[in-house]
Amino acid sequence: MNRKDSKSPRNPVATHILDAPRSGIREFFDIVSTRKDIISLSIGEPDFVTPWHIREASSYALDHGATNYTSNRGLESLRREISGYVNREFGVLYDPTDEVLITVGVSEALDLAIRAITEPGDEILYHEPCYVCYAPLVSFAHGKPVSISTRGEDGFRLTRAMLEQKVSPRTKALILNFPTNPTGAVLDRKNMAEIAAFAVEHDLVVLTDEIYSELTYEGERTSIASFPGMKQRTVFLHGFSKGWAMTGFRLGYACAPAGIIDAMTKIHQYTILCAPILSQKAAIEALRNSGPDVIEMRNSYEQRRNYMLAAFKDMGISCHKPRGAFYMFPQIAKFGMSSKDFTLKLLDEQKVACVPGSAFGPAGEGYMRCAYATDIEEIKEAMKRIAAFISKL
Amino acid sequence: MDALLKLLKQNALESPANMAKMLNVSEKEVRAKIADYEKKGVIRGYQAILNEDSLNLNKVKAVIEVKITPEREGGFDRIAGRICRFTEVESLHLMSGSFDLLVFVCGKNLREVASFVSEKLATIEGVVSTATHFMLKTYKEQGVLMEMKDEQERLQVSP
Repeated sequence: MNRKDSKSPRNPVATHILDAPRSGIREFFDIVSTRKDIISLSIGEPDFVTPWHIREASSYALDHGATNYTSNRGLESLRREISGYVNREFGVLYDPTDEVLITVGVSEALDLAIRAITEPGDEILYHEPCYVCYAPLVSFAHGKPVSISTRGEDGFRLTRAMLEQKVSPRTKALILNFPTNPTGAVLDRKNMAEIAAFAVEHDLVVLTDEIYSELTYEGERTSIASFPGMKQRTVFLHGFSKGWAMTGFRLGYACAPAGIIDAMTKIHQYTILCAPILSQKAAIEALRNSGPDVIEMRNSYEQRRNYMLAAFKDMGISCHKPRGAFYMFPQIAKFGMSSKDFTLKLLDEQKVACVPGSAFGPAGEGYMRCAYATDIEEIKEAMKRIAAFISKL
Repeated sequence: MDALLKLLKQNALESPANMAKMLNVSEKEVRAKIADYEKKGVIRGYQAILNEDSLNLNKVKAVIEVKITPEREGGFDRIAGRICRFTEVESLHLMSGSFDLLVFVCGKNLREVASFVSEKLATIEGVVSTATHFMLKTYKEQGVLMEMKDEQERLQVSP
């Protein structure tokens, strides 16, 4: 219709937002939420409630009137705790005064980091299958997301050879997420060293999303930020949602060279101002006193992982052994259905909800994601039902 | 603590086959380990954790602080050994602080517990004094909340 003839306004939504796909997870959520009595292995968050002493610290702070803004960068005491934690656990020392920024979840930190470094048209590499936000966030920043497919046969590892194929003169940065949502892949040291060397050679910024780091079951827990020449080009992104079971607190942080943190803080101060103070108070308690809780939860996930892996093996479904996070990514391609059709049929016939692998990018097609951050009794029942389902295919 | 023991403490009814999967060992190994723990007396029994308050039982529970005179040979052990053999005694601990033994006692009613204390417990040679506290309500038992539940609402699907 000619715009002049119409009283309705033109579509006000910007094209780069219009063009970004809706999250495949959101789409699946809309389907699942209409069903009753299902067992859901689609939940990407801990089934544990936040440890009590952390909740208690937050309510103590509330009782004592902690209801104010904090500094844009976050409470200094929390930044100090974070600096100490990252140094102890990953061996990289960040100055709490100008190299740490507290954010609303690691999601905000990622968004800020991408916006802070991206010029229009810059290419940013990321590995697939992956968490749903990387490509859209790059697009929102007028950058060009460039995906690198990883494969189950290689344990969903990212190698130098794969990077070589996708790098270009416009490549500005590389996003890493190990342990990976949805595959549970963990990089070994040698692998990480070659990626680090590649980043130095091509002068790339590396954004490393370490949100599942505490949930590493095998292999050395290490960050690319600790490799030679990497601290000055790495944005270390982390948060409390997974390791400390604090998803609803929405608290994350970034550690990076002062120049990048300064740029991120500039965006953060105008858009968010500061992370909620009660969540920051809770996070201080989490870092000071919850080592044993984190280990207990990690051990529990590991046992459930072992159970689920054995169950898929019994079913004859091939499945890469996840070495971190809390997701299993079994291969279902042999059943001759798309991952979406497979998971919908499974939902219809057995009332078990798993996320189709295609929700995590084209490289996830042929797989489905099963979260084992789920009560063991539910996992047992779900595995029984999946076995019954495939026996009829 | 050994991971197998932790699993049993969480749910003693868990099948050895399932525990084997969780621990990534063979079922045979799990069975052998449990048998070994039982034989060595590490595992001393398997019990259900009940919310007894919900059963309206004719039952009262008390905690008794007991001061005793330690003996030259045997310290507190001989007297503790005598006290813990009474069927009324559910558990017994040696404590630091202003008294020596903490005794958890169970009886049909106040009078029964009172007479146990005055006639049996207090008359044991070496017992210097007792202080009895009756329990009114149980909120948590062996790590399990009795009535309250966390109000956790997770979305059915999340990224």
